[in-house]
Order: sequence, then structure tokens, then C-alpha cells
Amino acid sequence: MQRPHGGKLISRHAAKEPAGVEELPAIEVATTAAEDIINIANGVLSPLTGFLGHDDLDCVIHHKRLGNDVPWTIPILFDLDTPDVREGDTILLTNQETGLRALLEVEELFDYDRTTLAKEIYATTDAQHPGVSAINSMRRHFAGGDILLVGHDRRQFDEYHLTPQETRVLFREKGWKEIVAFQTRNPPHLGHEYVQKTALTFADGIFINPLIGKKKPGDFRDEVILRSYEALMQHYYLQERSVMAILRTAMRYAGPREAVHHAIMRKNFGCTHFIVGRDHAGVGNYYGPYDAHDIFDEFPDLGITPVFFRSFSRCTKCDAIVNDKICPHGPEHHINFSGKKIRELLQQGKIPPEDMMRKEVAETILQFDHPFVE
Amino acid sequence: MEDKDKDKDKEKKYSTVSIPTPLVEKIKQRIEGTGFTSVSSYVTYVLREVIANMDEEEEEVFSKEDEEKVKERLRALGYLD
Repeated sequence: MQRPHGGKLISRHAAKEPAGVEELPAIEVATTAAEDIINIANGVLSPLTGFLGHDDLDCVIHHKRLGNDVPWTIPILFDLDTPDVREGDTILLTNQETGLRALLEVEELFDYDRTTLAKEIYATTDAQHPGVSAINSMRRHFAGGDILLVGHDRRQFDEYHLTPQETRVLFREKGWKEIVAFQTRNPPHLGHEYVQKTALTFADGIFINPLIGKKKPGDFRDEVILRSYEALMQHYYLQERSVMAILRTAMRYAGPREAVHHAIMRKNFGCTHFIVGRDHAGVGNYYGPYDAHDIFDEFPDLGITPVFFRSFSRCTKCDAIVNDKICPHGPEHHINFSGKKIRELLQQGKIPPEDMMRKEVAETILQFDHPFVE
Repeated sequence: MEDKDKDKDKEKKYSTVSIPTPLVEKIKQRIEGTGFTSVSSYVTYVLREVIANMDEEEEEVFSKEDEEKVKERLRALGYLD
């Protein structure tokens, strides 16, 4: 079985409600922070046991590694502006949307230069970049320390939510050793299916892992993504070779650094391979199309194998879906899978051509009155 | 970061090891024209790779009870028969 990142699968769940929780100072946190906390507790972010302190953050920023040399590219931070919190305090973190109740042992309070954070994580200080904008709106201080999850509510799509402990048991029960993970934020078109099945040909199983959470207007709604994948998998995938479960986490749009982070999370789920496409986790024109491939060269010790795909399209001459390694024909024969075009057709209530998207997938999407976030 | 701070940072996070000079020369030749900017960065890369490959696979240490609960949930959700 795949080793968890850092060697140990973290579990930070309180066995029972600790005494005196109600008397602790409480802070209501954003849903994205609540999701980080739940992910830490479930081991998705192993080996993290809490929010980064200053030294670990400094190593992540300048070396893309934790202080103990374990690869880590995206800082998991807790920002606060509460003057009466001191180092050594334990505080209760709550979140109304998720029903989160968690304890944070404040081991250190510190500041960190925001420009350095933005420049190193996002390779830009442009406030238009969503990640930079998020840094700019963070509160004054950071608190580092371990968390302990006391509880949270049941939520929509829980039937698709598996913890790393659960996926590891599942993969083992299925007899899978080589597992390739595919991350998605969109309903599948034929290009996605081609990438997944190409990778699956050399593995025992595929773990389709849509990101669920905060979305921008115009994005597909979470339920649409899940139902459309269900339709695809029901009609075109072997059940014994494919599994879908959601991952609740915010996109950071950190391009190459986030590609490594996404791979690390899937390693913790027990996957051995991770598909990295063109401009993975990119936004706008902040990153080169294959920066998210090149960064993996820096991590001989990552422990999960990236599977790189460059461009893929439908070749009218081959009459097949192809990529740049297998098709000798020129661009005049290639029709790219345009997410934009597919979206426009769906917005008009039209079914995209079958050489772009499976009919069953398109029909599932069109069953929704409002498939897009408004 | 000021140069002085950078030096301090380096002192704190790096150690010096001794490598036979002929090996250093070979490494210098080997990394010419590659992305490696120094003998140190190459040696660090190789050692990280070696150490990672030495890590043994870990057996899961779930209790029987935990594992049965997990399997029950997976069956209830249709992930397992």
C-alpha cells in the first residue's frame, strides 16, 4: 500500500467532547478554513497536524519543503486578528456552514511578509490573481499549532465523501496496487475520458476525485459535476476499475505549486499516480502551460508519480482522439476540446456533438434548470 | 531578504559534508548543461531520491473494529459489495 506523505496517516479526531470546550474563546472561521481543518483531521494533508508555524512556512515558501525536508508547496495557514489570543492558548474554532467545532492549540503567533507570500506561492503580486487577492485580505497575524476536530455536521454529498483511511481500505479490498488519481472541476467531455482511460490502461484502478466547494459564477454546480460523472461511469467505465469520491477543498490557483499539492493529497488517499494536465490549477496567463509538469523535477522524493498529458484533440484524419505523441497530422486536422464551446451549447440547451461529449453526460447536465453557478 | 539574513538562513538549514574531490569533479561534468546549478543541488537531489526509495511500505495500522466500521460504510454507500 502507498505510504502516506511523511510516513504516517494523520488522524486528529477527539474521541469524545473534551471537557470545558464551551468556556474556551471561540472564533468563527471561513468555510475554506473549516475544510482545511477537516482535511487535516482526516489525514488528507498528512503529515500536517495543524496550521504551519513560522519556520515551516519559511521553508515551504523558500524551499517548497517543510522544516523536516518533506516536500510541501502550499502553506496551510490560519490568519486571525483577535488581540486577546495569546501563545499557549487553546481556542475553539467554529463554522456555521459545516457545523465545525475544532480546537486549535496556539503554539505561536507570527507575521509574515504578504508580498513574499504572494510572489513565492503565486509567482505574482498582481492583486487580480485570486490567490494574491486572498492573501491581501488575510487578517494581520498567523497562528500556528495543532488542531483537534471535535465534530462537524453531515453535509450535502456526504455519500461521495471518503477519508484517506476509507479509500485505502477500499483500494485494498478491490485488490488495486497501482491507482491513478484524476482531479476535476468540470463535467467530463471525451477528452477527459480519453486521458483517464489512457492512464487507467497502465494502472489497476482510477480514482476520480472532483473538487467540491467554493465556485465562481459561471462554473458548473457541484451536483451537475457529480451526476454527469455518474452517467459517464455507469455507461462507459468498468465498475471494478473506477471509483469516484469528492474532495472538499478550495482551489488556490497556484499553478505548479498547487499541482504538487494536489498530488500529495492524492498520495494520502493511497494513489500511486496523479494525472497532471496542461496549465494544471492555473488561472489567466500567470503560468506557462507546462510549468505544472516541470516543477515535479524538483521532487525526486515525492512518492507519487505524476502522469503528464499535453494537448489532446480529435483528429479528423485518424478519426480518433489523439495526443501530440501519437498523431502525425497537422493542426488543420485537429479539433480541440473546447470547454467554452461545450458550455455555450449547453447554455443554449443544446446537446454538444457526440465527438465532444457523451450524449448521456450532456442529457444529464441538461436535466438541470440551472447547471451553472449564478 | 537581506544578504546577512540569507546567510543565516543557509547556516541554519544546510550542513557541509565532505566528498572526495575526484567525485566532485565528475559531478561538475555531469551537471553541465542540466538544470542543476551546483554540486550541492545535485547531491541533495540524488540523496533525496535514494532515501525516499529506502522508505519501506507501511502496513496500515487500523484496529479491526475501525476497519470493520470503514467496510460497513463503504458497503452502505455502494463502494463495496
